[in-house]
Amino acid sequence: MIVEPQFEKFDSLALDGGETLRDLTVAYESYGKLDADKRNAILILHAFSGDAHAAGIDHDGKPGWWANMIGPGKAFDTERYFVFCANVLGGCRGTTGPASTNPETGKPYGSSFPVITIGDMVRLQKMLVDRLGIRKLLAVTGGSMGGFQALQWAVDYPGMVEACIPVATTARHSAQQIAFNEVGRQAIVADPNFHGGDFYDKEPPARGLAVARMVGHITYMSDESMREKFGRRLRDKANFGFDFDIDFEVESYLRYRGSQFVGRFDANSYLYITKAMDYFDLTAGKTSLAAALEPAQSKFLVISFTSDWLYPSYQSQEIVNALRSRNHDVTYVELSSNYGHDAFLVDVGEQTEIVRSFLARCYREAVPA
Amino acid sequence: MKVREVLGRGDYALISELIPAGAKVLDLGCGDGALLAWLKENKQVEARGIERKRELVQQAIGRGVTVYQGDLLEAAKDFPDHAFDYVILSQTLQETLEPLRALREMLRVGRHAIVAFPNFGHWRVRLAHLVTGRAPKTPLFPYDWFESPNIHFLTIIDFEELIARERWVLEKQMYLAGHQRLTALPNLLAEVAVYLVRRP
Repeated sequence: MIVEPQFEKFDSLALDGGETLRDLTVAYESYGKLDADKRNAILILHAFSGDAHAAGIDHDGKPGWWANMIGPGKAFDTERYFVFCANVLGGCRGTTGPASTNPETGKPYGSSFPVITIGDMVRLQKMLVDRLGIRKLLAVTGGSMGGFQALQWAVDYPGMVEACIPVATTARHSAQQIAFNEVGRQAIVADPNFHGGDFYDKEPPARGLAVARMVGHITYMSDESMREKFGRRLRDKANFGFDFDIDFEVESYLRYRGSQFVGRFDANSYLYITKAMDYFDLTAGKTSLAAALEPAQSKFLVISFTSDWLYPSYQSQEIVNALRSRNHDVTYVELSSNYGHDAFLVDVGEQTEIVRSFLARCYREAVPA
Repeated sequence: MKVREVLGRGDYALISELIPAGAKVLDLGCGDGALLAWLKENKQVEARGIERKRELVQQAIGRGVTVYQGDLLEAAKDFPDHAFDYVILSQTLQETLEPLRALREMLRVGRHAIVAFPNFGHWRVRLAHLVTGRAPKTPLFPYDWFESPNIHFLTIIDFEELIARERWVLEKQMYLAGHQRLTALPNLLAEVAVYLVRRP
């Protein structure tokens, strides 16, 4: 199925940082049909570099980033559920972000775009959900940064979330996670084409953005998956080149991924979204994570992966333990995978079965036949 | 349909008799979630399970049970006091590294504890040990010693002494041989014992 992006406009959004954005656009895609009573809606929340194109095939023939999980008969079964996904605030794939036109100046925001938070992203999504006339979501779900948003949803709008499925995620960004993001940001800022963030009428800081992406890709894989995929194999040569061109397959892969990313991602979005991730801490201003999660009323399914060292299982277990200390309804499973953090995107066999059963149960309990 | 026919395992049938409708139930070592799913469906209990093995956790989720993958004691630690009406430990006590700690923890998070275990005092076990001079292998304890998950070999007498020592209140005890309920000579004849206890 070819999917079309859809757009909704909103007048204004007050941000956690104190500023207010005006004339916002939200780009989203949807799959499946909303029931007459609107009780079968599932909001998919994308990870850092994702977008609204979560499923189906777009006009360029590109499948959605979670097409293996969303579709007819899949984990998020579009024959039963209405599934939708919006590009996040600060993004560069249709929703208002630093590359969008500032209505006050008629020019791209660039460096004048305000710093945003995960809470801001969720507040804008809530406006979209209201606009669609959905009073209660059957589920909110996402991996990585999508998991932050899912947790934020469960805490900020407890009455609107039947089930919350945070995958390969954390309730607060750790020093290591912040550190990797900062390396990416510094690579961008150090690019001479960055111009303080106001580069939209010039060459973009492509080199810096590509390096940032290379670092990211390393963190998404595992030692084992890299060894399996590349080993020490050389790229199109039998011997070392004794220069600084590409020798190894892994170098070639990272450079390819980096340069590919430049074509679809905005360097400022990289800065703003990673900053929002680094600010994310559900426990901020609370005595404990348990206290932070206290308002939540959802049923939770928390999933982590054995080889994920970017968002290690202990972080998921912290969420689960905090929920259990208040006796919330929480299911937890650590799935076995060699794919590292990428597992939630690529190693979806067991994840599919678990999500399917959990959703079926939540739907049955929420909407009795 | 009788509970026993649905659940198969005799101890499940007895356990389900002990639990009233609508209770809050935690099953430590819930396996594939069969008991909890049955209790949820037929007794409308609020069910939670803890299970260490990933494949079993997945099956339990498949049955619509809320289940946590992890170590029993580690996982139980995070529940608040008295969070449950009943905490079940079925056929797991003999595999638990620290049985007393597990039992105390059960009576912390739950008002009542239900414990089912295979009786090592059964005459077949005694006979096998006596006759063969080896670690006993019986239908109830079918494993070779080097593959057995069982690390404690307790009898009905042992367990009742522990109840007395800890001053727990023994509310009910039931003994099973095959699908038959027993009253006489339980330590000799019972294959499985099921206890309902609460704090003093």
